[in-house]
Amino acid sequence: MNEVALLIAATIASGTPLALAGLGLLLNEKAGVVNLGAEGMMLVAAIAGFAAAYHGGSQWIGFSAGALAGVAMAAVFGWLVIWLNTNQYATGLALSLFGTGLSAFVGIGYVGKKLAERSTFEVPGLVHLPFLGDAVFRQHPLAYFAMALALGIAWFLYRSPAGLILRSVGEAPESAHALGIEVRGIRLAAVLAGGALCGLAGAFLSLVYAPLWVEGLVSGRGWIALALTTFATWRPARVLAGAYLFGGVTMLQFQLQSEGVQIASQLLTMLPYLATVAVLALISRNPAWIRINMPGALGKPFHPGA
Amino acid sequence: MLSFEVRAQPSVAMSFASPLLALALTVAIAALLFRLLGRDPVSGLGVFFVEPFATRYSIAEVALKATPLILCALGLAVCYRANVWNIGAEGQFLLGAICAGGVALWVTTAGIEAPRGVLVPVVLLAGIAGGMAWAAITALLRDWCNANEILVSLMLVYVAQQLLNYLVFGPWKDPLGFNFPQTKTFVAATLLPNLLPQSRLHIGLVLALALVAIFWAFLFRFWGGYQLQIGGLAPAAARYAGFSARAALWGAMLISGGMAGLAGAMEAVGPLRQLTPYVSTGYGFTAIIVCFVGRLHPFGIVFSGVLLSMFLIGGELGQSRLGLPNALTGVFQGLLLFLLLACDTLIDYRPRWRRLVSARDEPATPAQLPAGGAP
Repeated sequence: MNEVALLIAATIASGTPLALAGLGLLLNEKAGVVNLGAEGMMLVAAIAGFAAAYHGGSQWIGFSAGALAGVAMAAVFGWLVIWLNTNQYATGLALSLFGTGLSAFVGIGYVGKKLAERSTFEVPGLVHLPFLGDAVFRQHPLAYFAMALALGIAWFLYRSPAGLILRSVGEAPESAHALGIEVRGIRLAAVLAGGALCGLAGAFLSLVYAPLWVEGLVSGRGWIALALTTFATWRPARVLAGAYLFGGVTMLQFQLQSEGVQIASQLLTMLPYLATVAVLALISRNPAWIRINMPGALGKPFHPGA
Repeated sequence: MLSFEVRAQPSVAMSFASPLLALALTVAIAALLFRLLGRDPVSGLGVFFVEPFATRYSIAEVALKATPLILCALGLAVCYRANVWNIGAEGQFLLGAICAGGVALWVTTAGIEAPRGVLVPVVLLAGIAGGMAWAAITALLRDWCNANEILVSLMLVYVAQQLLNYLVFGPWKDPLGFNFPQTKTFVAATLLPNLLPQSRLHIGLVLALALVAIFWAFLFRFWGGYQLQIGGLAPAAARYAGFSARAALWGAMLISGGMAGLAGAMEAVGPLRQLTPYVSTGYGFTAIIVCFVGRLHPFGIVFSGVLLSMFLIGGELGQSRLGLPNALTGVFQGLLLFLLLACDTLIDYRPRWRRLVSARDEPATPAQLPAGGAP
């Protein structure tokens, strides 16, 4: 196989969980809710998915369990921030800390366990294309799902009436409320959808990408996905592109290591995190650019008229 | 149907009761969890809440682990009061440990002869500088590029951990250490003096308690602390009064970075006496919980620091005595913060029980409140 094709394939694989989680968080933030609990949701979903697939014998049981775990975590978060108006940052942080602890606790028995032999996936017909076949058409179905999802969410947000309502809730909840829109219900729906996607992303890590469970498996990808929404200035297609960019940076460190570059592996491991910081700094430099694109009520609680 | 109505004024009593209520709920859930794990809830809870105070040694260990938590949380309290969301105290802690450990290691290998009274302050100052420098990256990117401080400070935690790994696996590894990722043991002159014989408790505790008083004075008796807090509570009012938001950002970040760095330094030249990849067991993250449970108040932080330290010790004891996984501590920590945030709702809102249908016609009377109506 062509080496470049392999690198592209690996980039797509490592970008997929970031894309799934990033798109979920995008839905949250378009509705005006910042969920800093992404890392915690992904961790709990990763172990829930792994455990379910280990006992259930099927990857798809695992993905369902992961998505459900994400939804359950998001529901707790949503109830707290949307109905009890707790601080979104603090509550998200609590979700992340709780998820880190819970996943470590539940996962103890699953460290070192192996899933049933991984099947290979290929798109019939197209996989025989020269170069592209190896680079693009040997991915897990969820990788294509992530691509389709980016397009679907873009259509939903900007072309469908429901998407307009979602955006109105994130831009100006008081006005939306005055129009008779059930702001809190829609916010909760967005939070739950975000939880499901973060859950899928977590399960993808433990079932397909790793595929195993270790404590702290997600290793900051939830936070990188949060940075992605800002990086993408809240545009779905750019979230996808950003996810592949960060996936590429992650792969780059492995590539550099395998080519025998004389840099300590620990320093190379810093790359994705440093890249996130650098990209975040660059993209945020223009305050007007951020202000125009950021949902108007992002992170602000909404009280329906008392 | 249970509903919440806004109180005319935030309830002062509830702001004290909320952490206690959250703790009570955490204990209840913990007891349930022990039951589910097939353990006796009484002995399970005893491990977390009684045994840490059973012997002189274990009390010293509680104080030892409370010290870095209190130090980090003091700095974070200043940040959160100024509405600066530094969640990377863990990274600043690690940089403090790296810088202090670096100086101590240099003193050790170069064989420098100096009295402890000179070396220890130098080592601690190096740690403070390291933590400040790490926090300054976040402040700088926020100030110049408007980059979100939550994400930047958190990303830098991962970078700091890899930096520590690189040093102890690479250039700083003890050549006589059987290839373990650890530095040489630091010479005695760089180590913190012991406070209590036959324990690991060091004078850092005294310093931490002194800093509690200093932070209380700074926050509530000094102009600078007042300016910081107004900036957090009412940014527009602070701008109108001419308080600099940039100064608040830099001040809060440098103070909290310095405190976390100091905590890291004390850990390196206190109980550990060398650097390993496991310098921090998540002190910087636990300190966030300490900070909130302590109501962002220096005195409250002392109590919550001891409480969360008990959780840490309890987790270790639970592992050795009852064969419970140590990760249980993390579950309880997260649960406590969650429940605290939920209970804090009661500060601003009053729970009322109303009948669903005629809620508008008949105002609820206190008699309709069911027993245990509060969530």
